[in-house]
Amino acid sequence: MTILGISAYYHDSAAAIIVDGEVVAAAQEERFSRIKHDEGFPIHAVRFCLRQAGIDINNVDAIAFYDKPLLKFERLLETYYAFAPKGVISFLKSMPVWLRDKIFLKRIIHEGLGEIEGYDKKKAKLLFPEHHLSHAASAFYSSPFEEAAVLTIDGVGEWSTASICHGKGKDITILKELHFPNSVGLLYSAFTYFLGFKVNSGEYKLMGLAPYGIAGSAQVAGYVKTIKAELVDIKPDGSIWLNQEYFDYATGLKMVHNAKWEKLFGFAKRQEEDELLQEHCNLALAIQEVTEHIVLLLAAEAKTTTGSENLCMAGGVALNCVANGKLLRDGAFKNLFIQPASGDAGGALGAAQAAYHIHFGKERIIDAQEADKMKGSYLGPGYHDDDAELDLRYHNAKYTRYESYEEVAERTAQLLAEGNVVGWFQGKMEFGPRALGNRSILADARNAEMQKKLNLKIKYREGFRPFAPSVLAEDCKEYFDLDSSSPYMLIVAPVDKKRINKMPEGYGELPLKERLYTLRSDIQSVTHVDFSARVQTVDKQTNYRYWKLIDSFKQKTGFGLVVNTSFNVRGEPPVCTPSDAYICFMRTEMDYLVVGNIVMAKTEQPEWKEVADWKNEFKLD
Amino acid sequence: MEFLTDLWDFLKERKKWWLLPIIIVLLLVGVLVVIGGSSAAAPFVYTLF
Repeated sequence: MTILGISAYYHDSAAAIIVDGEVVAAAQEERFSRIKHDEGFPIHAVRFCLRQAGIDINNVDAIAFYDKPLLKFERLLETYYAFAPKGVISFLKSMPVWLRDKIFLKRIIHEGLGEIEGYDKKKAKLLFPEHHLSHAASAFYSSPFEEAAVLTIDGVGEWSTASICHGKGKDITILKELHFPNSVGLLYSAFTYFLGFKVNSGEYKLMGLAPYGIAGSAQVAGYVKTIKAELVDIKPDGSIWLNQEYFDYATGLKMVHNAKWEKLFGFAKRQEEDELLQEHCNLALAIQEVTEHIVLLLAAEAKTTTGSENLCMAGGVALNCVANGKLLRDGAFKNLFIQPASGDAGGALGAAQAAYHIHFGKERIIDAQEADKMKGSYLGPGYHDDDAELDLRYHNAKYTRYESYEEVAERTAQLLAEGNVVGWFQGKMEFGPRALGNRSILADARNAEMQKKLNLKIKYREGFRPFAPSVLAEDCKEYFDLDSSSPYMLIVAPVDKKRINKMPEGYGELPLKERLYTLRSDIQSVTHVDFSARVQTVDKQTNYRYWKLIDSFKQKTGFGLVVNTSFNVRGEPPVCTPSDAYICFMRTEMDYLVVGNIVMAKTEQPEWKEVADWKNEFKLD
Repeated sequence: MEFLTDLWDFLKERKKWWLLPIIIVLLLVGVLVVIGGSSAAAPFVYTLF
């Protein structure tokens, strides 16, 4: 039985395909269309999935869309009714979108699939599992657990903004839900907005900014107190009530009432390119602490209501790796699985899985040999070296193609050890927001200058943003205080104390840039200012090529880890094809590019000419 | 036609009959919007709908 899953029309549209319960392929549309967070119908991703599964669209048993449009429309109407006459402008703006398109989603999906030659809509069986059920399914059915508590937290689906479920065998039972407008995700997004980052893409920047806040300071404590007193009432079971006097998202065109927030926190809303001040960092830390508090309470409630020792998580808030790390160390659950594509893209996979196991009632098969069902999240397109050569020849690239991969790993490890920045393109593309060593930019984690160089000369992004390490799974404890594996880079853990340098007096209160450039450890470029790191553990079985590269690096340097950041520049989706990789390589100050067994040096490439100012091609995220 | 069946099933399942007149009026307005051909682009910071 083959099920195609689709998520689209809000943000991060994607497609996924499962065959007899096995996840065969999944990809986000943005990777093909080159539009970050593309929300359009994922026609390229659908085509890719069908090709990978080797099936004609008319032979797919069902097509599952990741939410219920009519239920969402009900929420909209009831919300406008509840807040009336407030929200009339929002109502007038949103209704045309619904009445033209979104309410007729079946028709829109048929039209989207109609681009595929020979598509017969009469043969298509469309299913619409709920948004949070799709998230829960993507977490539970992809996990290695026979039974688990499932926690989903995001902005909003139809009504639900968070849910606690119990997964057992092929069934998922929804036990509790938190409903719109009370939402942990929207609370975090409101702060993202107020601190000058883009909603739906800047949340992880806010998370990266939080450690620059002065922990334990009176200002942070004051902000936390204000948030809890004025903005959010947190109940003991983790459910929340948001004071809508301060928020505008339910009926307005923006997230918050700026004037009220400015009065509450004592400073003006930060604009996108404004300098980051200490109060911004402190407020980021305050909301991060509040979010962690809520997530821990929700997890505790999930534990109480299910009694399970396993926890599965999905939804945008499950990408908050700092909260995940705290949850892991909290120890309420023995085992934790977080869906690597926890955002809406993962809803495509969850919708397909929900259709297979819940609608069609198919049993789950759990293989004890597998870490999980996600195949390392390497579910996107891959390219043979022969195909890559065609792309590279088109660009007149100068390259060396090696016969043996071992030689490539040796050469690349040497280049990294010499301080070069390497674009690393191997195998199948990752599904989800994290680069996991197949579409990555790599560098030496020991190099104290690397964080600055990568941010400013390679990624062209904000200087404060941290970088993550990929570490050999077997060496993880050498560097980090982390007892479990973190294959999807979704856990933040403290850097091991023995690696931390003695800090100067008053380090914790230094201004942002001084703290950033203080030498903190012997793996400086992956040690965040609070001595933490967002760890990816690399396992030999899951990704041999990446593991071999890091192992070769270790043989040369004694360090079994590298810096790993996604292969893109600010505002650009991660690269998908060898051609995308070459273009990104030539536009930045990357030193080398490795595509499969093909190695390229920047110094040997022909002069790169742009037809237009490429930096305007990508909207800043 | 399939949409009307779905809508009917939805209202029956959810027991939200009070939404019916609102939806009918909105759909009639929607016909005008389609005829008018105005843009359905959304200027929202966060697309909650």
